[in-house]
Amino acid sequence: MKLHEYQSKFLFRDFGIPIPEGAVATTADEVERIAAELGGLVVIKAQVHVGGRGKAGGVKVAKNAEQARAYAEEILGMDIKGLRVEKVLVDPGADIDREIYLAITNDRGAGQPLIMASMDGGMDIEELNRERPEAITREHVDPILGLQGFQVTYIASAMGMPRTLWRQFGSILRGLYQCYVQSDAELAEINPLVITGAGDLLAVDGKVIIDDNALFRQPKLTAERDASDELASERQAREAGITYIKLDGQIGCMVNGAGLAMTTMDMTKLYGDAHGIGPANFLDIGGGASPEQVATALRIILSDANVKCVLFNIFGGITRCDEVAKGILTAYNEVKPEAPMVIRLQGTNALAGNRIINEARIPNILSAETLTDAAKMAVAAVKEGA
Amino acid sequence: MSILIDRSSKVLVQGITGRQGGFHAKLMMDYGTDVVGGVTPGKGGEWFEGKPVFDTMRKAVETTNADVSLVTVPARFAADAIMEAADAGVRLVICLTEHIPVSDMMKALSFCAQKSTRLIGPNCPGLMTPGQAKVGIIPAMVAAPGNVGVVSKSGTLTYEVGFAMKNAGIGNSTIVGIGGDPVIGTTFVEVLEMFENDPETEKVALLGEIGGSAEIIAAEYIKNAMTKPVAAFIAGRSAPPGKRMGHAGAIVDGGEGSAEEKIQALEAAGARVAANPEEIPDLLS
Repeated sequence: MKLHEYQSKFLFRDFGIPIPEGAVATTADEVERIAAELGGLVVIKAQVHVGGRGKAGGVKVAKNAEQARAYAEEILGMDIKGLRVEKVLVDPGADIDREIYLAITNDRGAGQPLIMASMDGGMDIEELNRERPEAITREHVDPILGLQGFQVTYIASAMGMPRTLWRQFGSILRGLYQCYVQSDAELAEINPLVITGAGDLLAVDGKVIIDDNALFRQPKLTAERDASDELASERQAREAGITYIKLDGQIGCMVNGAGLAMTTMDMTKLYGDAHGIGPANFLDIGGGASPEQVATALRIILSDANVKCVLFNIFGGITRCDEVAKGILTAYNEVKPEAPMVIRLQGTNALAGNRIINEARIPNILSAETLTDAAKMAVAAVKEGA
Repeated sequence: MSILIDRSSKVLVQGITGRQGGFHAKLMMDYGTDVVGGVTPGKGGEWFEGKPVFDTMRKAVETTNADVSLVTVPARFAADAIMEAADAGVRLVICLTEHIPVSDMMKALSFCAQKSTRLIGPNCPGLMTPGQAKVGIIPAMVAAPGNVGVVSKSGTLTYEVGFAMKNAGIGNSTIVGIGGDPVIGTTFVEVLEMFENDPETEKVALLGEIGGSAEIIAAEYIKNAMTKPVAAFIAGRSAPPGKRMGHAGAIVDGGEGSAEEKIQALEAAGARVAANPEEIPDLLS
């Protein structure tokens, strides 16, 4: 779960990290009032879950409250990469001497937290990593021991932090590590951490992503979820325990298991790409595939108007294909989709399952033996319908 | 021969009195696996299909001499169960559980390393040495004994490919599901190394997916140290960047972990990469 910039920074503040004394607003009136209270230069920043908001015009510097109001009217309601701006953060303008990068993330390969720090912050870390990887200091932390004092000194020294700031930097790094651990973050990033004209450190922008699997023990953060970037269909699926991700193609995919679901998408693209045909979604129905679950998944897939054909690919292991076939027919009779359906059942009792599908003699249901055949049939069905 | 498990492995099931744990323990026993008992705190002294249930792993290992444990407990207790198994001294822990917080896994993994216990998973279907034993949920019907080793991040894709091999007359030495989480106990490289050293394994099928760099590291190993032929498939060519495709680890992040870069690395290392998993049996024959 991604936190907004303002949520991330307010969380940092709870761990003793200095942030600008800004406030969040949803109307131009509020922005004007906050800007007047702060006085002087203010920065108005769109709070949306996408990168590149600055380039899109979602970040503006205002000289006074009046100008802040005008910018707020521009930014609030703005569309940035398909997301509507509902909130802005109003921060006092910072006097920036230097921009630093500081983050803690889960290193998958090492299975340990990884601290990354660089005196060349401000820019995108991936870009910096490609162009000048040597400009980033990296340090792993033993997850059982936690961050040690010598590691803080090592990082400050290796990255080239001015000695006069070591004490301040150490306190920020320890705070960020505590924030990362106690919030179950998979990323806690300050970019930039700035050295102000007065020679202090200040976290000007922040990004925190919480591990979805740990939300059960993070009730406070869970309550802050802003799901406005989640489609209604994706939310419906999440609530039904189905993993669904909408894509741009025409073939709706219903599959059991994440790896097989990706593979099924890949097959529709492999055989359809030349004709501009591909997967409409990722969907993992999980184990079991009961009639109720299939019906719910089918409704979610068909809520996408681009879908011209639905491809079922179920590998029956413990689940028997004849049971799945019955479930699919029950769901079909409930939902009555107009789009043709290609059904491929493999594994335990596959023959019996296919017989049930074929004997139902429903004109727009086709059964396929292999995944290759199924993908080709689905592509052909979309071409015919076009 | 095989790797990791065989008919002599003595297996405990943590969570054996649970619905999933019990269901799969029974299927494992039917397959011929030597399940010597189970652990459910608070149910010590009960019996499951004629096998003793213990309160703690220490007591269970002491009594049964088990060397392998299967963790089937819910996500919020799973990391603790893994550490309990490592502490009790089993050689190998297999964890099926999905949705374990990564921070818990990082601690459990570090603890397993201290105890010299190998962990497989989490979020995996487990292991199977066809004709001898299975620990986990891989269905019996997907594989026959043979000489192709399989290592995979995914469950049903593994069944799919295993079944296609079986139908083409190709059997397996051992099938290892390493799991689809970002932090896992045993990586592709470690399993490839075991297959390389296993006299009964002649060829290997590797089933990867988007996210992370484990397949790239595997490609380096294949290039530098592997003498046995490898056929591979990487799922997720059509997956958009920045989206988590079901598995917690399956995400192309900051341009890293794409299917294309993994396929390129594997091909450059001499592995034969299928565009379609149904081609894997052809690539192995």
